[in-house]
Amino acid sequence: MIRDITIGQYYPTDSVIHKLDPRVKLVGTIVFIISLFVFRSWVGYVLATFVLAAVIKISKVPFKFMIRGLKSIVILLLITVIFNLFLTPGETLIQIWKLRITKEGVVTAVFMIFRLMYLIIGSSVLTLTTTPNHLTDGLEKGLNPLKKIKVPVHEISMIMSIALRFIPILLEETDKIMKAQMARGADFESGGLIKKAKSLVPLLVPLFISAFRRSNDLAMAMEARGYRGGDGRTKMKPLVYKNRDKIAYGIIALYLVMMICVVKFV
Amino acid sequence: MGIIEAAKLVFEYAKYSEEGSVESVVRAIDGVDLDVLPGQFIAILGHNGSGKSTLAKQMNAILTPTEGTLYVDGKDTKKEENIWPIRQTAGMVFQNPDNQIIGTVVEEDVGFGPENMGVPTPEIWERVEKSLKSVGMWEYRKNSPNKLSGGQKQRVAIAGVVAMRPKCIVLDEPTAMLDPNGRKEVIRTVQELNKKEGVTVILITHYMEEVIGADKVFVMDKGKIVMQGTPREVFAEVEQLKKYRLDVPQVTLLAYELRVAGLPLPDCVLTTEELIEELENIRKQKGAQYGN
Repeated sequence: MIRDITIGQYYPTDSVIHKLDPRVKLVGTIVFIISLFVFRSWVGYVLATFVLAAVIKISKVPFKFMIRGLKSIVILLLITVIFNLFLTPGETLIQIWKLRITKEGVVTAVFMIFRLMYLIIGSSVLTLTTTPNHLTDGLEKGLNPLKKIKVPVHEISMIMSIALRFIPILLEETDKIMKAQMARGADFESGGLIKKAKSLVPLLVPLFISAFRRSNDLAMAMEARGYRGGDGRTKMKPLVYKNRDKIAYGIIALYLVMMICVVKFV
Repeated sequence: MGIIEAAKLVFEYAKYSEEGSVESVVRAIDGVDLDVLPGQFIAILGHNGSGKSTLAKQMNAILTPTEGTLYVDGKDTKKEENIWPIRQTAGMVFQNPDNQIIGTVVEEDVGFGPENMGVPTPEIWERVEKSLKSVGMWEYRKNSPNKLSGGQKQRVAIAGVVAMRPKCIVLDEPTAMLDPNGRKEVIRTVQELNKKEGVTVILITHYMEEVIGADKVFVMDKGKIVMQGTPREVFAEVEQLKKYRLDVPQVTLLAYELRVAGLPLPDCVLTTEELIEELENIRKQKGAQYGN
């Protein structure tokens, strides 16, 4: 059934990482990503590898889920490696015709591979251990200071959570419209790319119309239930830091300190 | 004093042509007087386009009167500052269950109303528990609304309104998109709320079977209230109801036809049991007449 598909890539198990406050995980991921970009030596990468491995181990998410995201960046990886290998100036290792592979090029290429891979795996850890809703909540609370400069934080997170709620409904609707069109002889299967794309028009128009209708209804239902924006709203499930979150912040801080030391002294 | 009082209520909206100019003005509600007492179960009947849904939206201040007045719990819906208290007093349940559930988990959706009202967190949980139990959906609190049946979704929507502790619930064709079982579920839930919690219910529908238990029935046609009274009084007028393109319940219609054919049945029969009893009486009388 189309409605059984999962949104995002949340992997449900019971681990400390899963239970952490989404804000902690967001901050942790950001710190980790920054560290990847400031590390210039192998010591830093050893540290990052160690931390990443530990987090994956604790999260109880199978490793193959972690590297699933890497598939999509293989081409990007190849391009970066080729550019770095051939275009970095320095001591020549091998020369083929006009192309030179330099020692510095090899080093940067290797670092680049690790950097990109860890980037993807690091953010996968976040999305695999946090439900989209939790993530939205975390974003709303975490970005709250931005309200001062008039960023509509509450509205953005409300839009995100409503979108998440309606994805399965709209998918079901697409399925229904598709079947209705097929029953009247529409063909979604055959033909080349352009023909296939064209055949989607009779699918998209009714889908858009119904989506607008739905949003109109939903807006009315929300107003009828007293929704008037984020001001004066309370939370049913407020985010409150627990002890494990404080410990996690401690570990992140420690990692930050180590990162600065590595960058400064190695 | 009534919880909902309408006096000479008129609502007009403009129809626009494709160029965006006003083509015509439609009078959806035309001089409606209404007085609903607290704790009553009111049913509003009417064919499509009779203005019943527009009237429902007036009671929640989603729409405001063009002329005349509407007081909800003593507050004028025309006044801007009354809108939020009114929405808290008169909760509203809509037709399509999918388009009124906001949360991705049942309990979060029920908590949405109280969250908007600024209820403190522990009390939200209390209210969610109480209202989910009152509609019999407590076991489903952790489920995703997408996996519920239509009737269950509609009960969740009702719980979402109940959690706001309204004095009055307006249901705008809550069963129109449901199967017969879901319809029964929802109506039973609404009747229970009315009896046990004393919530005023205004049920807008075109299913006659649903209004039998109501205290008072209003029939609308072309924006006007054309008939009112107890279900018994209203359903007695089979011919008139037909004129407004409404069907009476099957049993009532059968009894009516039998009466027209010459059987001495009372003016209005609402339930199957009633009809059986009446027919038994007739049989006994006939039996006595012929001496067996």
